Amino acid sequence: MEGHSVEELLAKAEKDEAEKLQRITVHKELELEFDLGNLLASDRNPPTGLRRAGPAPEAELRALARDNTQLLINQLWQLPTERVEEALVARLPEPTTRLPREKPVPRPRPLTRWQQFARLKGIRPKKKTNLVWDEVPGGADPMEDQFAKRIQAKKERVAKNELNRLRNLARAHKTQLPSTAGLHPTGHQSKEELGRAMQIAKVSTASLGRFQERLPKEKAPRGSGKKRKFQPLFGDFSAEKKNQLELLRVMNSKKPKLDVTKATNKQMREEDQEEAAKKRKMSQKGKRKGGRQGSGGQRKGGPRSHGGKRKGGSGSKMNSGPPGLGGKRRGGGGGGQRPGGKRRK
Amino acid sequence: MRPLTEEETRVMFEKMAKYIGENLQLLVDRPNGTYCFRLHNDRVYYVSEKILKLAANISGDKLVSLGTCFGKFTKTHKFRLHITALDYLAPYAKYKSTQDCRKVDPMAIVVFHQADVGEYVRHEETLT
Repeated sequence: MEGHSVEELLAKAEKDEAEKLQRITVHKELELEFDLGNLLASDRNPPTGLRRAGPAPEAELRALARDNTQLLINQLWQLPTERVEEALVARLPEPTTRLPREKPVPRPRPLTRWQQFARLKGIRPKKKTNLVWDEVPGGADPMEDQFAKRIQAKKERVAKNELNRLRNLARAHKTQLPSTAGLHPTGHQSKEELGRAMQIAKVSTASLGRFQERLPKEKAPRGSGKKRKFQPLFGDFSAEKKNQLELLRVMNSKKPKLDVTKATNKQMREEDQEEAAKKRKMSQKGKRKGGRQGSGGQRKGGPRSHGGKRKGGSGSKMNSGPPGLGGKRRGGGGGGQRPGGKRRK
Repeated sequence: MRPLTEEETRVMFEKMAKYIGENLQLLVDRPNGTYCFRLHNDRVYYVSEKILKLAANISGDKLVSLGTCFGKFTKTHKFRLHITALDYLAPYAKYKSTQDCRKVDPMAIVVFHQADVGEYVRHEETLT
């Protein structure tokens, strides 16, 4: 008995091994093309199996996918591996397939001021080296710090370049740089310039100046809201006329629709209120079934007459929903005991 | 002085349409000359193009009135129609006056307003 089972086990193990090996090796007429850099495998074998399968080739497709993936994985296992933070990782080669552009081609930018000038004058870029023998000029003051002077000069050059870059950008996008008149402390600024500088400084906080305290007698600045823009006084008269006529047309076309919706909603709301009031009265009086049935019957008659009285109301009532549905609602309201809010759809 | 914004035009047209309805477009698009609405000190003036060009030469604080005052916008931006607009609205009125009552078919709508000649006298100071 045990021997049988052991033999059986061994045979089963051998069979499994053979199956596994079978599964790992895949036979293809044409070898696949691999681009391991992109984890890509291209199969150029003719799909005869798929064509034979017919309208629902699910199983064949799955088998094909499995085979091709197996081949790709086999290839990946042959790559040189390395260990990165306790994980075994294969190093992929460079991708060989050329992928199309992700984003559209960038459009040409407008030339900067220097580029325009250089083009005009025919100036080519000339390489010059930074190395000089000795920057210290002959009759320089020995107490002057040349290193500090060099750093300062570089800072100024960098700032100037940045300003020019922003100016070029503003010109390219056809916007204006924010004006900085009065923000450079010279000691000879006018009262208005100083006021503006103070305003800008106040607003240049993370909360845009909302929590900045004012001096004891300082008044709140007036006119710091957004300035509204109006049409010019003599704009195009015909355009103005056209806009007004268009507005009138829209107004006239919209008129009847709103009336009907408003009337319906108003009426429904009034009915709701009536029903709620009656319900409360009935439950207060203590009369249970009989009372509610009676009130249900009454309610059927009442609102319909209201609908008739209103101008166009009866027409609108019919539009709001099929009459059968309305009737069912009434009956449901009369018969069962239920909490208040569960009615209107 | 400035033209009306979209919102202001809409509010004003809605008010006027209650009196003259669709004939409003005859006011906007006049066959015998271009007339337009202009706002000055919260008042709406209906003025012809010629007069507008002349009025533009007067500075805002010295300008009292131009053309015909149709009404004014209140502090809460509601439009109040004034009696000075009557001359322009009367020909296009939707509802019949007392005199036409006698000659009209039985289904026409008639507005019966007892009297408001007093408005000219009451608001004499403020009408422009």
